[in-house]
Amino acid sequence: MKPNKFWSWLVFGLGAAYFIIPLVATFMFSLSMRRGYYSFDSYASVFSDPRFQATFGYSAVIGLFSIVVGILVVVPAVYFVRLRLPWLRPAVEFITLMPLIIPAIVLVYGYIRLYNSSSIIPFTGSALGTDILLTCAYVTLALPYMYRAVDTGMRTIDIQTLTEAAQIAGANTAQIIGRIILPNILVAVLSGAFLTFAIVIGEFTIASLLNRPAFGPYLQNIGANRAYEPAALAIISFIITWGAMGMINVLGRFAPRTSARTD
Amino acid sequence: MTDTTAGQRTRRRLSFEWLGVAPFIIFAVLFLMLPTLYLVGAAFIGRDGQFTLENIAGLFTDQIIAAYWISIRISGASAILGALVGLAIALAIIRGRLPEGLRAAVMTFSGVASNFAGVPLAFAFISTLGRLGLVTVILKFIGIDLYKSGFNLLSFWGLTLTYLYFQIPLMILIIAPAVDGLKKEWSEAAAILGASPWQFWRYVGLPILWPSFLGTLSLLFANAFGAIATAYALTGSSLNIVPILLYAQIRGDALQNPGLGAALALGMILITATANIIYLVISARAERWMK
Amino acid sequence: MAAFLDVQNLTKTFGTTTVVKEVSFAFDKGEFISLLGPSGCGKTTILRMIAGFETPTSGSILVDGQDITTLKPNQRQLGMVFQAYALFPNLNVGDNIGFGLKIAGMPAEERRARVDEMLKLIGLPGFERRYPYEMSGGQQQRVALARAIAPRPRMLLLDEPLSALDAKIRVSLREEIRAIQLDLGITTVFVTHDQEEALSISDRIVVMNSGSIEQLGAPHEVYNKPATRFVATFVGHLNTIEATVVDAATGLVDIDGQTVTVPTLPATASAGAPVSLTLRPEVLSVGAREGNDITLTGTIADVTFLGSVIRLRIALGRNTLSLDTFNDQRTAPPSRGEPVTISLASKDLLVL
Repeated sequence: MKPNKFWSWLVFGLGAAYFIIPLVATFMFSLSMRRGYYSFDSYASVFSDPRFQATFGYSAVIGLFSIVVGILVVVPAVYFVRLRLPWLRPAVEFITLMPLIIPAIVLVYGYIRLYNSSSIIPFTGSALGTDILLTCAYVTLALPYMYRAVDTGMRTIDIQTLTEAAQIAGANTAQIIGRIILPNILVAVLSGAFLTFAIVIGEFTIASLLNRPAFGPYLQNIGANRAYEPAALAIISFIITWGAMGMINVLGRFAPRTSARTD
Repeated sequence: MTDTTAGQRTRRRLSFEWLGVAPFIIFAVLFLMLPTLYLVGAAFIGRDGQFTLENIAGLFTDQIIAAYWISIRISGASAILGALVGLAIALAIIRGRLPEGLRAAVMTFSGVASNFAGVPLAFAFISTLGRLGLVTVILKFIGIDLYKSGFNLLSFWGLTLTYLYFQIPLMILIIAPAVDGLKKEWSEAAAILGASPWQFWRYVGLPILWPSFLGTLSLLFANAFGAIATAYALTGSSLNIVPILLYAQIRGDALQNPGLGAALALGMILITATANIIYLVISARAERWMK
Repeated sequence: MAAFLDVQNLTKTFGTTTVVKEVSFAFDKGEFISLLGPSGCGKTTILRMIAGFETPTSGSILVDGQDITTLKPNQRQLGMVFQAYALFPNLNVGDNIGFGLKIAGMPAEERRARVDEMLKLIGLPGFERRYPYEMSGGQQQRVALARAIAPRPRMLLLDEPLSALDAKIRVSLREEIRAIQLDLGITTVFVTHDQEEALSISDRIVVMNSGSIEQLGAPHEVYNKPATRFVATFVGHLNTIEATVVDAATGLVDIDGQTVTVPTLPATASAGAPVSLTLRPEVLSVGAREGNDITLTGTIADVTFLGSVIRLRIALGRNTLSLDTFNDQRTAPPSRGEPVTISLASKDLLVL
């Protein structure tokens, strides 16, 4: 059985090298702004750039709105499909897979053509309208992940029994979803939320084509014009993504596992 | 309870259920279906508003065909390599008798790396393997000149190598549950029946993983095929791949023909859809044994 | 004649815990052997060491005179049936049964004939194109049995093969397994925690507890003459009577105010000392019975109707005894609170 272990270590080692070397190299590169010694100058330069603060803030706000809209759209749908409309499930699953098959650039091109200023719903006619469109685009982009997170959350708690227990106790449907279901799947919903945030924060294609002052286009612009700042920004982005994923991991430990234990 | 009241109650509850699902459906129609269908339609409508095949015919220029071809090659290469390497790593951490903690670490890292795409990923690879990248410089120092030996980050292999950074982790995340589903008893049963480890994988292990493998492969393909941010940040518009071509078309930098833009988009949808249909057909045959 | 399966001083340690301690046993060709014990007693570990999935810390395993202790599982020529069937889900029934034959390089024609023969043997002819998911648990386990014996292994290992099945199927399948085993004359090692299963199916039983053998013997020996208190309590039901010694020399003891004579007492017993007497529920009779030399009176504390049998709980004082009587449909079952006289033969008392 020894060779088995050797190959496992070899595969793991090569994989680890491929994934770690670029991170180390990028970090070293980001420290090399001054000749001769390492410094955090590139980070100082990034953080002091007002456009960094403005675009990052903009993307963070759009990200938060995307999370809220995503939850409002996905949670009731998953709940009712699981509980009362199971025959809709294949269709819903297919829809949630569509954003993985249709490229984002195609979707945004469709939005631009369909919702231009002379259309029935002129999203792109105003800055606010475009912000709303961008938010909806991000909800769409994150739909597969949000759906899967919430669906997994509802599978691990027995929503059928919880709903019946709440009905016997006299709760109406809004109370059931808001007070019983949501708190129980909070961890799953938050996982979906952090995943959404990780996807949205540095997104380039849609923000750029909708001409919004988001973090992604800013990154691209810096990349085209500076040498060391991009490396610093790559590290910062990696830390943000790591933070979002780390939160999901931490939250996972608090996930309710009531009915999961029984099967 | 009489029949009429029961009927009314059912109807009222039904409408409530639909109210809950409605936002999702409206959302899907407005932001997934309509835009897609609109582009599909627009690909067949000329400047005069009449049906035409001119836009589709317009795709068959050397530049556009070359763009599709290189896109397909990069997506295919990064998907196949990503799937194979991802599967190997998943097998190593799940069935390779490595320390327990390693698996959790790899899964967490995969969650991060699969989302670490786009512009920052391009920056990381420029800092690593660009002309002035750290690895390039170090290798040059010890006598290996990557760029003189033909490597270029802004080329087919350079882009494929970069894409693997999110393709491999995505494969690990998706295939891990399937690898977990391989019961220990299956390999034991095979062994006691005289099979070597290799024979177990040949006749049982890999055939069971095959549908999941194919499914993830088509997903990885679509993932790479639609990706633009990494390529754009890496190469500007110097690399001729379809998403960059479409991006330029939308920005109005080139082509200046909305019908042709829609045709480009239609082509992209058709290719990613084809990848998924191929997957569905093959997996339907491979999954005869599944419920 | 040398033993067919010879296990010598087998020990297995996981980390700091020893799960199998110096276990030795030897069996003849064609025997059906059960390893019986509670979970964690080491029975499964022994089976897995015979199969080659675990390496013994020390000791050796010989099959037909060949030391297989260090052989890989795929070189041992054994057959095994697992608790959760472990059929290959991607292969149909025919390919599952033919798997070992294919690995061994048997030509396709011959293989098909052997698969057909196996399907007839397990009573599932014509099932070769089905997939495992299309079959019930009982059918899957028959296929697993056929897969294990198709390559004509030297020995068959059964790892709790019935415990995932429904009670009814469990009984019918175990009878079928025994019939097939006798038919083929294949030496079989059967691991179970179910004493009834072990008693009904085996030629000999190894009763195990915390890594060691408690008793090895034929089913009736293990049941009728349990070697240790563990065996007595684990195999079958057992009544325990707490009594006080009145006169050690004559074997006079006091049971809740009633004085009886028992044949043997522990050598250490002295007047006034407490003593535990044990007996099987079925040796007790309601009323007097020929050959029964001890009579006790008490009250019926509980009546459990079990169909062909009625189980009574009889209170004597601080002791309560279980007693099984046959259900006689012509008379009403006894009711709670009735006074009752019971009798037993003093030779059936087990003094442990």
